[in-house]
Amino acid sequence: MSTPFYVSPQQAMADRAEYARKGIARGRSVVVLTYADGIVFVAENTSRALHKVSEIYDKIAFAAVGRYNEFENLRIGGVRYADLRGYSYDRADVTARGLANVYAQTLGTIFSSVGEKPYEVELVVAEVGRTGEDDQIYRLTPDGSVVDEKNYVAIGGSSDSIGSYLGQRHRGGMGLAEALRIAVDGLARDPNGGAARTLTPGQLEVAVLDRQRFQQRKFKRILGSQLERLLSGDETAAAEDQAADDSE
Amino acid sequence: MEANLTGTGRLPAAFLTPGSSSFLDFLSAHQPELLPGRRTLPEGLTVEAPHGTTIVSAVFDGGVVIAGDRRATMGNVIAQRDIEKVFPADEYSAVGIAGTAGLAVEMVRLFQLELEHYEKIEGTVLSLEGKANRLTTMIRSNLAMAMQGLAVVPIFAGYDLDLGRGRIFTYDVTGGRSEERGFAATGSGSVFARGSMKKLYRDDLTAEQAATLAVQALYDAADDDSATGGPDLARKIFPIVSVITEDGFERLSEERVSQIAVSITDQRREHPNGPQAPLL
Repeated sequence: MSTPFYVSPQQAMADRAEYARKGIARGRSVVVLTYADGIVFVAENTSRALHKVSEIYDKIAFAAVGRYNEFENLRIGGVRYADLRGYSYDRADVTARGLANVYAQTLGTIFSSVGEKPYEVELVVAEVGRTGEDDQIYRLTPDGSVVDEKNYVAIGGSSDSIGSYLGQRHRGGMGLAEALRIAVDGLARDPNGGAARTLTPGQLEVAVLDRQRFQQRKFKRILGSQLERLLSGDETAAAEDQAADDSE
Repeated sequence: MEANLTGTGRLPAAFLTPGSSSFLDFLSAHQPELLPGRRTLPEGLTVEAPHGTTIVSAVFDGGVVIAGDRRATMGNVIAQRDIEKVFPADEYSAVGIAGTAGLAVEMVRLFQLELEHYEKIEGTVLSLEGKANRLTTMIRSNLAMAMQGLAVVPIFAGYDLDLGRGRIFTYDVTGGRSEERGFAATGSGSVFARGSMKKLYRDDLTAEQAATLAVQALYDAADDDSATGGPDLARKIFPIVSVITEDGFERLSEERVSQIAVSITDQRREHPNGPQAPLL
C-alpha cells in the first residue's frame, strides 16, 4: 500500500477553482442588465429547448452558464424551493436574496466537499422591484461566493471584457431596445481585440422581468418577430408589442 | 431531512434530484404533512366546518363561463357572506369549489401551484385533459377526509387550445371525473341550478348571455336552497362570474356582475319564478 501524496488544502482548493473556471470558460456568455421597466437577460444560445435563462418565481429569474445538467439541477431545485416557500408562507415571502443564499450554501458545500466534484457553473439570480432602485442582481460563482451586482453583470467565458464594456455603455433608464443592443454588442465582441461577430436573433435567447406587466408573473421570453423588431432598433414597434402584452 | 425553508443551509438532495415535474409528487415525498388530505382524524368522528355550496358552469360559442354564489354555511348558520369559490387555475382554466371551504381553498392553492410548477419545470403547459387529471389525483387523496364529512367537489372549466372550445369537467368525492356537455353544476343548490339551466340553455349563447344564464341559475338555486346565497343588494355582494376564452381567464368586474344581477332581480319582481319557457 503506497502512501498518498500530501496536497496542501490551499493547493486542493486552488485546483478545484481552476477546474471549475476552465469548465465555465468553455461556454458562451450570458448578460443581465437593468433597463427602465425591469431587467433583461440575454444569452448566446442556439438551442430553443435547452434554456440558459428561466423563470423561478413571480419576480425572480435565473440565468446560468457552464455545465447544462448541473445548472438545470440547480434551476429545478430553485423552482422547488421557491414554490414550497411560497406555499408554506406567502408569495411575497419568496425573495431573490433568500434564493441566492440557498444557492451559495449549496455551491459552497459541494465545492469544499472532497467526495463531490465542484460544479462548473456560474449563476445569476435577479429580482425585479417596484422601482429601478429595488432591482436586485446576484452573481454566484462555483465556490459559493455571492456578489451583489449593480445594474449589469456578465457571466461565462469572456465575462470580464464584456463586463467592462457594459460598464462603459450602461446608463439608468434605458429603453429595452437600447439595453438589448448593448447586451448583444457586448456578447459579440472579441475579447482578444479582433473583429466583432454578428449575432442573429436565432442565436440569442432573450427574456425580461418586466415590472409593468399586469400579471403576477413578471417573467416573459422575447421571441420571434418581437425580438427581431427590438434588435433592428425599432423602439416604437417594440413598445407597442409590449403595451399590447401588458394590457392582456 | 429538514425542509430548510429558513433560507440558510444547502438545498437537500431531494430538491436537486431530477425526475418529477409535479409539485404534488415532490411534496408527497418531501413534506407530506403539508398536503391538505394528509391529516388523520379520529375514527368515527365527523367534523363540522363551513361549507361552500353552489357552482355553475356553461359552455358558450368560443369559451366557457363558471360562476359561484358567495355563501358559506355551517349547519343552519351563515358562516360567511362573501366567500370566493371560483379561482383561476392558470391562464386558460378555472376551478370552482363546493364542499368544505377551508380544505377546498387549500386544495385550489395547491392545484394552481401544481400547474405553474409544471409549466416552469417543463417549459410547456399541460393539456386541458392533463390539468383535469391532476385535479383527480388531488381529490382522490382526500377521500378519507370526505368520509368524515370534509368533502370537496369541484368543477373544472377551461378553454382547450388544441380543440378551440370551452370544456367542463365535474368530479365526485372519489375523484371520478366526467366531462359535461353544455352546462354543469355542483354543490347543494346544484339540483335547482341544473333545472334552471336546462330550461334556459341554448348552444348558440354569447359570452354575455352565458354569464346571465349562470347568474339566473344561481338565483334559482338560492331561491330553493338555504345554503346558497342570492345576490345581496343591500351589501352589494354579487356572485363571482369568470369567463375563459382564447384570450385567457377573465373575472368579470363587480360592476358588470352587479348590472346582470340587478336586471335579473328587477325582472323577478314581476315574475318571481324567472323567465318562462314555452310549453311545447
